[in-house]
Amino acid sequence: MDFELTDEQKDIQKAAREFAEKMFPEVAEECDLNETFPMELWKKACELGFVGVFIDEAYGGAGLGFLEHALITEEFSRVDAGCGAILATTLGSEFILFSGREEQKKKYLPLLPKGEAIMGMAITEPDAGSDVASVSTVARKVNGHYVINGSKMFITNGSIGDYLVVLCVTDEEEKIKSKRHSPILIETNREGFEANQLKRKLGMRASDTAEVNFSEVKVPLENLVGEVEGEGFYQLMTVFNHTRVAVAISGVGIAQGGLDKAIQYSKQRRQFGSPISSFQGIQFKLAEMASLIEAARALCHRAAWMVDHGKMDPKLISMAKWFSGEVAVKVIDEVVQIHGGYGYLGEYGIERLYRDAKLVEIVEGTKEIEKLIIAREILGRI
Amino acid sequence: MEGEEMDFELTNRQKQIRQAAREFAEGEFPVVAREYDRKEEFPRDLWKKACELGFIGLFIKKEYGGLGLGFLEFAMVMEEFWRVDPGCGNILLTTFGAELIQLYGTEEQKKKYLPPLTKGKAIMGTAITEPDAGSDILSILTLARREGDSYVINGAKQFITNGSIANYLAVFCLTHPEADSRLKRFGVILVETDRPGFGALKITGKLGIRASDTAEIRFSDVRVPKDNLVGEKEGEGFSQIMQIFNINRVIAASQGVGVAQGALDKTIQYVKKRRQFGQPLAAFQAIQFKIAEMATWIEAARALTYKAGWMVDCGKVDPKLISIAKYIAGEVGVKVTNDALQLHGGYGYIAEYDMERFYRDAKIVEIYEGAKEIEKNTIARELLGRV
Repeated sequence: MDFELTDEQKDIQKAAREFAEKMFPEVAEECDLNETFPMELWKKACELGFVGVFIDEAYGGAGLGFLEHALITEEFSRVDAGCGAILATTLGSEFILFSGREEQKKKYLPLLPKGEAIMGMAITEPDAGSDVASVSTVARKVNGHYVINGSKMFITNGSIGDYLVVLCVTDEEEKIKSKRHSPILIETNREGFEANQLKRKLGMRASDTAEVNFSEVKVPLENLVGEVEGEGFYQLMTVFNHTRVAVAISGVGIAQGGLDKAIQYSKQRRQFGSPISSFQGIQFKLAEMASLIEAARALCHRAAWMVDHGKMDPKLISMAKWFSGEVAVKVIDEVVQIHGGYGYLGEYGIERLYRDAKLVEIVEGTKEIEKLIIAREILGRI
Repeated sequence: MEGEEMDFELTNRQKQIRQAAREFAEGEFPVVAREYDRKEEFPRDLWKKACELGFIGLFIKKEYGGLGLGFLEFAMVMEEFWRVDPGCGNILLTTFGAELIQLYGTEEQKKKYLPPLTKGKAIMGTAITEPDAGSDILSILTLARREGDSYVINGAKQFITNGSIANYLAVFCLTHPEADSRLKRFGVILVETDRPGFGALKITGKLGIRASDTAEIRFSDVRVPKDNLVGEKEGEGFSQIMQIFNINRVIAASQGVGVAQGALDKTIQYVKKRRQFGQPLAAFQAIQFKIAEMATWIEAARALTYKAGWMVDCGKVDPKLISIAKYIAGEVGVKVTNDALQLHGGYGYIAEYDMERFYRDAKIVEIYEGAKEIEKNTIARELLGRV
């Protein structure tokens, strides 16, 4: 056993921290306020090699693991989770990496770490959220093409993405619901594609989220990810097992960033003649917050390590995701509390944490879905 | 032990040790656990068998009769034992104080006091707490006065594990009450329990871990040779005890993980069998979610405990991480056994189903080896520095 990060991993962590601390604070508030994606920041992060580190070297990535991706995500989220969403510009590349054909890998992957393209994956629909198998966007084969019709909801990078992996029904006749779907790559400049940015999200406002519509969008058959239709649901589950680790660790980052600020503040803020950090009520709170964060981090690191070592453990991943989400929300609640009125104001950046944290309990599988997965692994099918 | 790469998996050796511990506990504990709890009696026969099989004091070096393994392995065995029965599991505490001798004792002390422990020929304990000095351990009053080549000890100790069954105890005493630094006033002295003036009164009626012996101890002019001071140097007692707490808190944390996992195991079985409203309880989503939460908390506590144990074995003792592990694991033990009892309903409340015993046993982890409030003090101090 060895619980310590390697020197290389520590270097990556440190570089990510320095980059985020230097670059994020000056734009974070602005991006949140204007609900704009930090394009410049994303370009810069690509130049420095932070984006898509898990993509093989052959396709322009660093050929590292999802643990390293997680370490960067944690450090970015620690400074600002909204700006940290620049790492989500590779969302959906996992589909291509795991199931895509060689030509697809060569065509779509190298642009992402270079900062030449942004992608996303479009799964959720207005009426199909947790119940993924009910997705009804349909891709029909017409004259050597897929023709796609339907709409998707809450799509990350929907209005800024260059291409999206879209989960579509390709076999409407199939009786088994989970065998009807296939992921199809859709370039966003195709005719009939339309995206509307969703405004006024609670938090993570620097991250682009859109409603997406497909009306008779035509793509070549070779845009099907992989060779065979009907495996989309299972491919998606594998992708989720990777993306959930990243989301989980973003919860750890948000919580840690909040704790850092609360520690600093409690040492400066004086009440009743002494810094509030000298009060045991505050000390115990900080101790509890730090303990929860450490527990969540331990789960995330282990889950990521298992993924990278070909021992993907959906139960552990769901545990990490549920737990980290809850820790983020709980810890940030206390962070606001410790900051009192200042925590409630926009100018201290604390209220943004409170809004950002909540997403971890919803995105990439709500916490209820995580619990379903954990319970199913423990109890078996009932 | 350290490799180049991170590695979250147990080694094969560790897996074998864990498996052996599980089989031993499952084979031996269930038939006697309820009875030892009821009688509040130490399971001497189990202890002897565990010694024969090498489970006791496996962290003791080979030259002193142990297996020379680490505290991570000790924690794993403790977890497996507590998973089956916490009271019986505490037969592993019969080496309580051996860590101290191994780390700080003289060669003669190691040769004399360590080998009998793993052979099942002696039981030891560590006596720190006093009636008026619990978390505030600097306030202990038990006095060891130097008289020629002896120490003469007077005082009283409270809540001492193995107090009435031990052959010798490591006793935390004031040896230099006049020293300027409060931290330099103490020494740890080995006291054989057959010395004149030693008295132990077994405490009965504890909430839980009733198979584990706990006693109130008195020293009235107990005379021991000066060589019974642990280590060569005087005034080191406090720092020695703090170091030992770091180790034993990892072990206590593993107890919290074990009792919680044992309660979850029983609950999973129960909810699959128990039918209400025409289906097994396990079919209700509220029950499924509860099980998922319990399992997650246990996994988190275990991850912390293993990491803390691994760090200790690598010589990188991290008091903050250790306190985090102990605090979380203690709380998880209490929380999970509470949920487990709840899911058992009325059956959880009666002795026949063992859940009520687990519920009683779990609470101790939040109290001994540093109350959870002390863990939080430690964590906060590491976060904030001295305030």
